[in-house]
Amino acid sequence: MAENPVLPVYKEIEEQSEATIRFCGDSGDGMQLTGSQFTQTTAIFGNDLATLPDYPAEIRAPAGSLAGVSGYQVHFSSHDIRTPGDAPDVLVAMNPAALKTNLGDLKEGGILIVNSDAFTANNLKKAGYATNPLEEGGMAKYRLHAFPITTLNTKALEGSPLTKKDVERCKNFFALGLMLWMYGRPMDVSLEWINKKFGAKPDLAEANKMALRGGYNFGETTDLVKKHYYIAKAKLPAGIYRNVTGNEATAFGFIAAAQLADKELVYASYPITPASDVLHELSRHRHLNVKTCQAEDEIAAAGMALGAAFTGAVGLTGTSGPGLALKSETVSLAIMMELPLVIINVQRGGPSTGLPTKTEQSDLLQAMYGRHGESPLAVIAPATPGDCFSMAIEAVRIAIQYMTPVIFLSDGYLGNSSEPWKVPDFDKIPKIHVEHYKDAASFLPFLRDPKTLSRPWAIPGTPGLEHRLGGIEKQENTGNVNYEPLNHEKMVLVRQAKIDGIAQSIPLLEVFGKEAGDILVIGWGGTYGAITSAVEMLQKRGIAISCIHLRYLNPFPSNLKKILDNFDTHIVAELNLGQLASILRGRFGVDIQSITKVQGKPFKTDELIEGIFKIARSRGEPKWQENSLASPH
Amino acid sequence: MAGELASIPALTRKDFVSNQDVRWCPGCGDYAILAQIQKVLPELGIPREKFVFVSGIGCSSRLPYYVNTYGLHTIHGRAPAIATGVKVANPDLAVWVITGDGDALSIGGNHLIHALRRNVDLKILLFNNRIYGLTKGQYSPTSEIGKKTKSTPHGSIDYPMHPISIALGAEATFTARTIDSDTGHLGKILTEAAHHKGSTFVEIYQNCVIFNDNAFQEVTDRDTRADNTITLEHGRPLIFGKDRNKGIRLKGMTPEVVTLGENGVTEQDLIVHDETLADSTYAFLLSRFEPPHFPVPLGVFRSIQRPTYEDMLTAQIKKAKEKKSSELKNLLYGSETWTVAE
Ligand code: SF4
Repeated sequence: MAENPVLPVYKEIEEQSEATIRFCGDSGDGMQLTGSQFTQTTAIFGNDLATLPDYPAEIRAPAGSLAGVSGYQVHFSSHDIRTPGDAPDVLVAMNPAALKTNLGDLKEGGILIVNSDAFTANNLKKAGYATNPLEEGGMAKYRLHAFPITTLNTKALEGSPLTKKDVERCKNFFALGLMLWMYGRPMDVSLEWINKKFGAKPDLAEANKMALRGGYNFGETTDLVKKHYYIAKAKLPAGIYRNVTGNEATAFGFIAAAQLADKELVYASYPITPASDVLHELSRHRHLNVKTCQAEDEIAAAGMALGAAFTGAVGLTGTSGPGLALKSETVSLAIMMELPLVIINVQRGGPSTGLPTKTEQSDLLQAMYGRHGESPLAVIAPATPGDCFSMAIEAVRIAIQYMTPVIFLSDGYLGNSSEPWKVPDFDKIPKIHVEHYKDAASFLPFLRDPKTLSRPWAIPGTPGLEHRLGGIEKQENTGNVNYEPLNHEKMVLVRQAKIDGIAQSIPLLEVFGKEAGDILVIGWGGTYGAITSAVEMLQKRGIAISCIHLRYLNPFPSNLKKILDNFDTHIVAELNLGQLASILRGRFGVDIQSITKVQGKPFKTDELIEGIFKIARSRGEPKWQENSLASPH
Repeated sequence: MAGELASIPALTRKDFVSNQDVRWCPGCGDYAILAQIQKVLPELGIPREKFVFVSGIGCSSRLPYYVNTYGLHTIHGRAPAIATGVKVANPDLAVWVITGDGDALSIGGNHLIHALRRNVDLKILLFNNRIYGLTKGQYSPTSEIGKKTKSTPHGSIDYPMHPISIALGAEATFTARTIDSDTGHLGKILTEAAHHKGSTFVEIYQNCVIFNDNAFQEVTDRDTRADNTITLEHGRPLIFGKDRNKGIRLKGMTPEVVTLGENGVTEQDLIVHDETLADSTYAFLLSRFEPPHFPVPLGVFRSIQRPTYEDMLTAQIKKAKEKKSSELKNLLYGSETWTVAE
């Protein structure tokens, strides 16, 4: 492309294997866009990557305030990676508040790029700085580049017909240009994006392009930056790739599942962070037989999805923790009626409104047990953003095959972060078998399949199969209202046995590392990347450690017990106060250690390594005390 | 269409009677309503398997068990939402909602108003007995102020709701009132409701013999009935009374009861009932009528046509399909992909 300048040769290029960059600024500074643009280019360039957007709960927190800081971290590499990176190598801070809230994470010796224009007396005060931190000794441990980005950007846009304010708003593209230069990435992906986005507003498009090129050229020409970096392409399995966030992959997965089942998808939901993006995404795809309804509340959303499931559609509802609480009565009804209702829960920090934009895994017990009565259902949890696609299909498959509600436990981190995703070959995904009962002569609404214990799915419109489903206890087979004590017990037991039996249809757990050893780390859901990375690092140091990752939480894969028995020490790492740990203790009577974190943020690899060391030492394992395996810190 | 109708074997009342024992108290008004529903359904020309009855919780909500169609006996208050899901998933079905004053107006108030305003084609029958029956006699949102019940031994201090006013305010496209004891009128209104396309709300005064017997005595009593009710008929003046000599006229924005022949009042002075008015002000005004100052209106308050929720949704899908290929692959690949070679 003509617009794409050649890499300059007169500055030193340092080759690295990976880097982590964090863009941060005021929520009005466009940092999410800057980060996602850098990510897109990096993905297309061919690195492996993982991202972590981090945005405030308030839509427009006061400009310049600490509460209004928005960040976007991207970790990219020439090898396989699974996490958005622990500490950034490069921090781009667009104002004092962003510096204050993020500087603590920057690696010692890391590159710190700040917009010095934003360090005004007023902004410093809003960030709680008594004096200008850029002028103090505290910055010595970083490679500080204080650039007047606002001024430089305004200069680069000289002649633009835009107002001064609009010109200033382009400064995030200036910063993007500078970072693209620093990591030797082409500008064409972003230039093309600008064309598409601002096509109808040529002045705005031109200004953003000028800002992008301005930043890029500044990097190339300024004497203040001596070198730039090169990170080679990663060796990913062959195929066609795209970037995908967990929420997008979730939406795609459910659309795919409905097509695999040859059904319409009815998605009813009520706006709630961080699940709303699933509603937004699904609402765009009417052409794919997706019916979305924005319900009047969480309860109605669950009700609509249940009604749709009864009628023979894929009935889906989605929410986050507080919404799941509201839906629980309907979910219990779905258990009683034995209908294939699927519930997405994109978990966030709780209880109550808690940390609506931050991640946590603290709804596991709610998903497993948060209902009245004996009310078992299937619970599954995707492990990565891309895995949301496969697990969505699994959710629908299990729901239909076993005529049961299924809870799909995603989380804010999975939902919002993105990774390169090898687009699956849709034609090769197994179809979901659906059989609607037709034969009036033999029909009994609760006559069970002897293998799955599932009951027939007979849908309205089928002559001769008219029947009533209700919340009152049913007589076995006929489904008639029945209050007899022994019948109730029988029905409770059979509903439980049906859910337990799902274990026969799910894949066995695979151990990452040796099948037996000293330590087994157990994770579930969105912590997969961090746990696997930590364990891999320890394995490289010669420690007999392995890990398993649970994507099926109810029922558990049938080889779980056997795997647990092969290790001395069991550690569950999860973003709550030990919910899976207590389930495993209760279920298997195993002594489980916990690594927990509830800060609204995902695990860092280092934290996990440290936690594993601490537990191993406290258990007095001699080899951990004496040998040379020092803790990383 | 004619062919399709002809191919349906004629249905009778019996086809809509399920094999379940009806378990309401002897003398409960619900029996009469069930009987009228079972009489009207076979007359509609709709195959039995296309009916779905959805209810919440309460005495009235047991009704789906007794009608031999598809049915859901669900959760307290949630029937309109669940029924919306049924209708959205398959607009071809005839979906009826059976609810009561507690179910629809208290715990389920939100779902009721939103189902109505969306104009989902649901036939919502609210059995209003002004009491909680199944939980054994607490006051309900339609109980009169001062009512003494188990939970209000000192008398209720809640002002009651007017179901028809709520329905009109929530933009129901069909609003009517009838009564369990007048089976002729009940059957007629149910038939009209069945033929309306859109959100259909029928308040049925229903007598609970156990916990609120004779709650509607002034309306049902032979002696007072004619003076305490007015039958709404489209295109006819508002006339009522034993001697058919009383009428309603408007004085500015205020309705008043007048006597024909007195003070020169003639039929020409009276309001002529028009159920098709786009503006709901007049219907709302009628919905406030209650004894002792006004007769209780029975009949259709308002019936208008506008596109239904499910039809608009279906239309959006059709239009989207014309514009975009329904290939899932296009969605999965998106606009920005790259290829990693072997
Ligand atoms: S309690 Fe009242 S409403 Fe309920 S069944 Fe008995 S009479 Fe009917």
